[in-house]
Amino acid sequence: MTTAAPETRSWYKRNEISVTPWLFLIPGMFFFAMYVIIPIFQSFYISFFEWNGLGKLSEEGVYVGLDNYQRLLGGDRKFETSFWNNLKWLVLYLLAIPLGLAISLFLNQTVRGIRLYKSLFFFPFVISQVVVGLVFSWFYLPREGLLNAILTFFGADTINVLGDPTMATYGIIAAGLWPQTAYCMILYLTGLNSVDPEQVEAARLDGAKGHKMLWHVILPQLKPATFIAFVVTIIGALRSFDLISVMTNGGPFGSTRVLSFYMFEESLSEFGFRMGYGAAIAVVLFFIMLFFIGYFLWSMYQDEKGAR
Amino acid sequence: MFPTPIEKTSRAWQITYQSLIPVVLVIWLLPLIAVAVFSMKPLADFTNGNYWGLPSSFEGFANYYRVFFESDMPRYLLNSVFITVPTVIGAVALSAMTGFALGIYKFKGNLLIFFLFIAGNFVPFQILMVPVRDLTLDLGLYDTKTGLVLFHIAFQTGFCTLFMRNFIRALPFQLIEAARVEGIAEWRIFIYVVLPLIKPALAALSVLVFTFIWNDYFWAIVLTQGPGSQPVTAGITSFNSQFVAQYHLMSAGSIVAALPPVAMFFLMQKHFIAGLTLGAVK
Repeated sequence: MTTAAPETRSWYKRNEISVTPWLFLIPGMFFFAMYVIIPIFQSFYISFFEWNGLGKLSEEGVYVGLDNYQRLLGGDRKFETSFWNNLKWLVLYLLAIPLGLAISLFLNQTVRGIRLYKSLFFFPFVISQVVVGLVFSWFYLPREGLLNAILTFFGADTINVLGDPTMATYGIIAAGLWPQTAYCMILYLTGLNSVDPEQVEAARLDGAKGHKMLWHVILPQLKPATFIAFVVTIIGALRSFDLISVMTNGGPFGSTRVLSFYMFEESLSEFGFRMGYGAAIAVVLFFIMLFFIGYFLWSMYQDEKGAR
Repeated sequence: MFPTPIEKTSRAWQITYQSLIPVVLVIWLLPLIAVAVFSMKPLADFTNGNYWGLPSSFEGFANYYRVFFESDMPRYLLNSVFITVPTVIGAVALSAMTGFALGIYKFKGNLLIFFLFIAGNFVPFQILMVPVRDLTLDLGLYDTKTGLVLFHIAFQTGFCTLFMRNFIRALPFQLIEAARVEGIAEWRIFIYVVLPLIKPALAALSVLVFTFIWNDYFWAIVLTQGPGSQPVTAGITSFNSQFVAQYHLMSAGSIVAALPPVAMFFLMQKHFIAGLTLGAVK
């Protein structure tokens, strides 16, 4: 006679399928909550205080309500410069997408050694932004830099890109575009690889070619690549910090500050630690980003719904 | 294929194209080539204003020798290794588990947790800076490699979970079902069925995380201070203040600092690109 097994099985065995995912999630979620999710809320909280970061917030911090935000949005010149520079970054950084597409179209051939060429074109992306920053600041040097050597060669006047407040931000963005374009290029190269050859042939028979073909046949098929390029470029633009810190340290005359840099400067600079004010800047940056994060998550959610 | 394959075009254009590629490449890499040339020059060339002429003597070995034996560079490089490698192992291990949980099981809150991981991953670092610095201070881990590693593992878990979950989701689900019918315990399914299948994802993530962490600068300057724990990205600034305006040495130093991820990329190219372009094709 056989008896039903369930009574003899342990609690875990009986609930295995519903318990296992949580057991697997706990370590990852614990870390992520401790270092990412909870700190976001803590930053919101800190932004209502005036606190120099020394000692406990509960003892040393002074609650000031919305004062930090009032000061920030009520005519802080440094904040305004940073904000407009962030906008410049956002708009100009997007140039990486068409540039990357152009290079990928140029390289999407099967000639000898093309794989090596592709990797060499990609390779600025692998280098750390700190080194990219150094490389470009030497490239821009007024006396020793290659840029001015080239300009002089063509008979033009020399320029001091990073020393001129009207040019410095653009000089840094150009440096940032270098690795970012490489990234977009690799995304598009992969995308081009999976373009349906039959559709291309069919369109060719219909007499489509050149930019018409690109616009109506190729680009629609590259949509997933464009989406990712867009996501990483926006995030990259809003995260820009390393290049500014290395190339100009916010100068000349504070003209290259962006929000992320200004926040760092307020919180940890030699002028004293103003953690509350820094946190308030970070919150503003967070809300700018949230707008995009919302959009990204929404598009991903649409995909998920389509999948099942 | 688009654009028109080069084989099908005129001979003249083929030749033009073939000779155009190297030219464009040189222009593209010009700033980097400039630095490489700088790093081979003797000091005399800079004092004499011979910036772009031929090096008056080849000093490549001497310059790199000084980087390795007369500066803190080796210490910074070693710190970078001790920060990067544990982070890679930690983040990949944690995300293989979370990815398994989110990719295989259907339960309430699955998508919510998944989206939380993605969203956290897009957040600007700055909003984490003050609390994370505080937490690290409280744990007594400020200015230690461990403090930096713990944060990096946590943050990278977001991106890695996104990657792993999508990869595991695309595996044939029948394999899991077949294993369940056989009565295999769920954790054994993870180890013996899923792990062998996600090897490509593990490789891709490892190279990507290696590069991201090696190249991190922001957290390095927020959570560490001196040669005892700072990685090479942060160390290069103190290196540069040691050799102010000695461009030949600063160039050599930057090249040394940039090299490990570059080597990693060229060795593991396939995995690297597979990782980066995940989702770029449907």
